[in-house]
Amino acid sequence: MIQLLNGLVNGMILALVASGLTLIFGIMDVVNFAHGELYMLGAYVGTTVLAAGGSFWLALGVASVTIFCLGAAIQLVTLRPLLGRDPLATILATFGLSLVLQNYALWQYGPVARKIQEPFTGHFRIFQLEYPWYRIIIAVLSAAIMLALWLFLKRATWGIWIRATAQDRTMAAAMGIPVPLVHTAVFSLGGAMAAASGVLYGPLVGVDQTLGPGIILRAFIVVVVGGMGNLGGSVLAAVFISLLESFASLWMSPAQAVIVSFVLLIVTLLFRPTGLFVPTPK
Amino acid sequence: MLAARDVHAFYGKSHILHGVSLEVRAGEVVGLLGRNGVGKSTTLKTIMGLVRPARGAIVFDGRDVTGVATHRLARLGLAWVPEDRRIFPSLSVWENLRTGLDRAGVGHAKRADLLEKVFRYFPLLAERRYQAGRTLSGGEQQMLAIARAMMLEPKIILLDEPTEGLMPRMVGQIREIIETLRQDGVAILLVEQSVPLTLAVSARVYIMEKGVVRHEAPAPALRADDAVIRRYLGV
Amino acid sequence: MARRSGYWIGFFLVLGALGAAPLVLPEFWRRFVTEILIWGLLAMSSDILIGYTGVVSFGHSAFFGLGMYGAAFGLLRFRPNLWLALAFGLLAAATVAAFVAYFSTRLRDIYFSICTLVFSQIFYVIIFTWTEVTGGENGLVFRQPPLSVPGWQRAFTPATLHWFVLSIVTLTYLALRQVTRSPFGMVLQAIRENESRTMAIGYDVKRYKIVAVMLSGLCAGLAGILYAVQNRFVAPNFVFFDVSGEVVIFNVLGGMGTLVGPVLGAAVFFLLREGLSRYFTEYYLIPVGMIFMLTVIFLPQGLLGFLRRQLNQ
Repeated sequence: MIQLLNGLVNGMILALVASGLTLIFGIMDVVNFAHGELYMLGAYVGTTVLAAGGSFWLALGVASVTIFCLGAAIQLVTLRPLLGRDPLATILATFGLSLVLQNYALWQYGPVARKIQEPFTGHFRIFQLEYPWYRIIIAVLSAAIMLALWLFLKRATWGIWIRATAQDRTMAAAMGIPVPLVHTAVFSLGGAMAAASGVLYGPLVGVDQTLGPGIILRAFIVVVVGGMGNLGGSVLAAVFISLLESFASLWMSPAQAVIVSFVLLIVTLLFRPTGLFVPTPK
Repeated sequence: MLAARDVHAFYGKSHILHGVSLEVRAGEVVGLLGRNGVGKSTTLKTIMGLVRPARGAIVFDGRDVTGVATHRLARLGLAWVPEDRRIFPSLSVWENLRTGLDRAGVGHAKRADLLEKVFRYFPLLAERRYQAGRTLSGGEQQMLAIARAMMLEPKIILLDEPTEGLMPRMVGQIREIIETLRQDGVAILLVEQSVPLTLAVSARVYIMEKGVVRHEAPAPALRADDAVIRRYLGV
Repeated sequence: MARRSGYWIGFFLVLGALGAAPLVLPEFWRRFVTEILIWGLLAMSSDILIGYTGVVSFGHSAFFGLGMYGAAFGLLRFRPNLWLALAFGLLAAATVAAFVAYFSTRLRDIYFSICTLVFSQIFYVIIFTWTEVTGGENGLVFRQPPLSVPGWQRAFTPATLHWFVLSIVTLTYLALRQVTRSPFGMVLQAIRENESRTMAIGYDVKRYKIVAVMLSGLCAGLAGILYAVQNRFVAPNFVFFDVSGEVVIFNVLGGMGTLVGPVLGAAVFFLLREGLSRYFTEYYLIPVGMIFMLTVIFLPQGLLGFLRRQLNQ
């Protein structure tokens, strides 16, 4: 039962990180290696705000906005010049970026993990076990953010622009949609979502510079298993993988439980390279 | 209003346009004829800023717009209806229209006006409003592509092979639409395989061969004398 | 003809300089050069994939690490013989490479990269947790085997170790150079330029890619063995992603698709690390990462490509 709850909570956070990643891939064909670092920096910005006496919610907001701006700057400086070059170049550039950001965090904040105090410390009882309310809040908030994203994509002008750009970049431009700006916005938005997940998850794991590499590989797995660029698929895949790992950890160490999702990824890649949660193309 | 002056363009290393010059006046329907692969579509794409001209200039509304980004051209009043229609497949009909409608300077009244107009021209689209673009038939997609372009309130529409693959009934409808647009004062640069249709709706016609404009004539003159048509198009 | 003789003159000059290095350099730099040669070999092996086949391996640490552990296994469980270590290391690397190649080559582009990355992490987890055989987190320590031929053996001195490494790297380089110029190498480059077309012409692209990954993995394993022999220990962090990432950096900095470029890239990387550590201490990866990004954006051919173009002008 605890495994089920933990799996769901981890799954929602993972889904939040992965949906930013898959959004960026879907719109820009960019595999963002630095996505985990945006997640980590978001968490660090959160700790800074908390240290300055801000509340948890202020930290969440400030972290999202800061990383949104950082994302815009990164996109303009490193990715825009690479538009039209082969995808390899963007993979390499974001990989370089992840090195810089990761070591910047180490330099700025030091190697000792920082703690984010959870805004709720209450527990509730379920099947003779104490379960913290805060974890439930995380899952609900992540779901709310993703729902907001979905509504935004569905209804807002920018949402329609983003979807149009994802489907046909050239035609979108011919309809007067400012495609370069849409790219920047999507990268920033994806970053902001990663930052928000970082702050939300911070209280459970502690914040240090290895957060990025820790989550990016799993986010990649989620994105591939869910189908690259497919938001709904990513959410399903994230929950599925987290549940799988959560139950696997009953029988093995957490380090080995990761292998379960690795194996799932390889199986997916071999048999359904377009993603497990995508209808088979005709 | 729109002019291409000695435009040269390349696809990779192959030289497609070898100095195309043409002009479209405000509110005028101009045909662009030629065999397959002579560079008609490329001419439209170059005007739209999708292919960067290696030499030459595009002038729109008295302004040199060579090298201006495509989305800015669209905002200036150039609309493009591509050969393969390029409907956004997972966007609904309504959302497809919104890609052109949601822009600065379109108030509520104007929005309603524009929508009322396209739904009057294309009642079918109103019915199919919430259907995804990919579920439309070829003819419906063509209508949507034209309707979507109209959302931009363009001064000129670059219309690439609008009747390709359509049933005769649909072809008649496209022809009516071109007429209506002309009456509304929208200029059209029409690329077509169908010579009779082009001659019927256009005021003037350019004939292209191997990446250059070889011949220019008023449509009535060509209707009277089909020797030129036979020479360049072999029909 | 002039170009060709120019190439060989350059080749022997560099070889001569590297051969003379241990005689003239102080202890620290002697070790430094030997190490660069080993990392250069690893980078060169990865170039077969990045530069010639057009797919990026983000899992080269697996091959390198398995070479190391294979060698250690041979040395510890059997006897401290150099050639035995070599045989065990290559066998381990080849097995892993065959396994990874079979699965990863069904995929293209980023999927290939992610697949190699995930495989390397799987091996990392296995090595990290299988303490009885691999020593787990602490790794394994062993004595350096002597340089031996039947009937003669002598313990390695820093200089003989350097020459041993240099000769293996040089031989591998010449072999790989031959391979890249062979019909096989041409097919790989055709795959890089246009995979679908190469397939359409009738080449069994998958089989070519499998061989390429295996060849690359084998050379990476060789580098791992040399590193293990030089340092007398193996540890799981050599199987970790960081190593794979550095290999990619070497390639980009030096110039992909040139074989020597990545070696140059490795040299530049370690020199940068030495130089920049003075000012940035352990955060040297901040400036190095920036230089890397600048290279990706402005010098897609890498340093070697850049130098070549400057020389040609």
